[in-house]
Amino acid sequence: MFNKILIANRGEIALRVIRTCKEMGVKTVAVYSTADKDSLHVRFADEAVCIGPPSSSESYLNIPNIIAAAEITNADAVHPGYGFLAENSNFSKICAENGIKFIGASPKMIDGMGDKAAAKATMEKAGVPTIPGSKGLIKDFNECHKIALEIGYPIMLKATAGGGGKGMRLVWDSEKLEDAWKSAKQESKAAFGNDGMYMEKFIEDPRHIEIQIISDCKGRAAHLSERDCSIQRRHQKLAEETPSPFMTKKLRTDMGEAAIKAAEAVNYEGVGTVEFLVDKHRNFYFMEMNTRIQVEHPVTEEVVDYDLIKEQIKVAAGIEISGKNYLPQLHAIECRINAEDPINDFRPSPGMITNFHAPGGHGIRVDTHVYANYMIPPFYDSMIAKVITVAQTREEAISKMERALNEFIIEGIKTTIPFHQKLMKDEAFRKGDYTTKFMDSFKM
Amino acid sequence: MDLKDIQELIKFVAKSGATEVELEIDNVKISIKSPAKKRRGVPDEISAVIQQAPTTQPPIVQQAPIVQQAPIVQQAPIVQQTQENTSINDSQSSSNEEKLNTETSSNYITVKASMIGTFYRSASPENPPFVNVGDTIQKGDTLCIIEAMKLFNEIESEISGTIIKVLVDDASPIEFDQPLFLIDPS
Repeated sequence: MFNKILIANRGEIALRVIRTCKEMGVKTVAVYSTADKDSLHVRFADEAVCIGPPSSSESYLNIPNIIAAAEITNADAVHPGYGFLAENSNFSKICAENGIKFIGASPKMIDGMGDKAAAKATMEKAGVPTIPGSKGLIKDFNECHKIALEIGYPIMLKATAGGGGKGMRLVWDSEKLEDAWKSAKQESKAAFGNDGMYMEKFIEDPRHIEIQIISDCKGRAAHLSERDCSIQRRHQKLAEETPSPFMTKKLRTDMGEAAIKAAEAVNYEGVGTVEFLVDKHRNFYFMEMNTRIQVEHPVTEEVVDYDLIKEQIKVAAGIEISGKNYLPQLHAIECRINAEDPINDFRPSPGMITNFHAPGGHGIRVDTHVYANYMIPPFYDSMIAKVITVAQTREEAISKMERALNEFIIEGIKTTIPFHQKLMKDEAFRKGDYTTKFMDSFKM
Repeated sequence: MDLKDIQELIKFVAKSGATEVELEIDNVKISIKSPAKKRRGVPDEISAVIQQAPTTQPPIVQQAPIVQQAPIVQQAPIVQQTQENTSINDSQSSSNEEKLNTETSSNYITVKASMIGTFYRSASPENPPFVNVGDTIQKGDTLCIIEAMKLFNEIESEISGTIIKVLVDDASPIEFDQPLFLIDPS
């Protein structure tokens, strides 16, 4: 087992990792920008190193500074959390070169899955169902037009280096194709420095259902069932739950098997998530694989009763998994609380939290790094807390969430608590009848 | 005051984060100084001076400039870990800077670290330090080396002036923004 882990992240996930390390008896090093010196993760870690000024590029994304911090503290492993450098193959490589174990995927796995067009080709070869589309990158507009006719409209143009919804265009008919092609390439070039594009059939009203997997150093993979993350706004998840209200035993078995095939196809090691789109006929298609721990991992933890960060650290330390799959024993829902104003188009609302009281009681979990009189810095993402409820039935999990949200006091800034309160009362949500189109028609 | 009382007092001063405490009780005058923690894991060296003073005045307690924002002083839910929390840039070292600022002119420039690594005062153990207190330096002169990932980076001064104080020990780890040198630019 590792002696000392440096957590190359901030906010709630840094705190999350530190907590598990403490339970495992592993020493912790927090890194922080000058803007985060009062952050909880800095207080809770055994040691802390300031690694730069507020801007992410000069601190949390600053590879030399993070490696230097690991050096001077003698950390033997780095946990990258999610976001920042979690899926940066260069960082994974540099850790290895400096004798530090990167608790995440190898450079090869990250590159293999990060290149969306290549990942799709790998999945097809492994027998994982993929969305009908172009075979790899599209050469030019003529080819683009031809493939679109073959697949049939509506189609989606996607940037191969893409993420967060950038470089994507939905095209309903051939007249709009050329404009979409040009603007998507331009946007992708500006955001990622790469304008390679591929095409996929647009699945109408899909559900976003992902499978949590874990693999060890011997290449053995297992799954821990699904999470339904269809409630999204601009491709950002707002709430997640497990089991998915749309799931059946058969679908879970099939999707679980496909996810394991995906992990084994790339010799995956660690925890990861295979994301699928599921259409109304319960056909599922591989969308992408995330080679890191995800924000919404707590809902899985609550229903299978395993600490996923602990399992992630264990496999990174070379401990083998049992190979057993885990099915949800309970029902869990997570609401992401952001410092945003849901009434004004979710505008960010950084500033001083003047009053803070988290909900409690049976079946309530709150993962947060904020506290009363904490100043939310404007330099980073707006998520300030995750509320997770777990109960024996979905109805009870929803009631608990309603009760918890009503108890949750955060004053001094605007938060998305009112949005989640409304979501829990929404009829379609309560019926479990929602797809990724849900937020398009949701009114605050 | 007996020995036990004095020991308790010394412990209290160390925990409180104050850098200097002077106390006169009965015939006894006690002065306790708690210097900056330069290296991780090295316990504070507290120096206590005890004198018998021929006075019958009531106890006088004076305190030197208090450190700013010690890790223990916070608004966050206090975790017992904070007592053991060893931050590389402990508040004590910033108190040095503050004390010097109040003692002397506020024209002094503090050279802060722009990278993370191990601070060395000379090019190698055999060489003399690049700069010493009292040296006059020109802009561009090498002040020290910061070593990270097997690379030795010479840190050059952005200003000319006189070295007033070296704030970090040779071969100790430093972090971003850590004060390294105090320079009088005049």
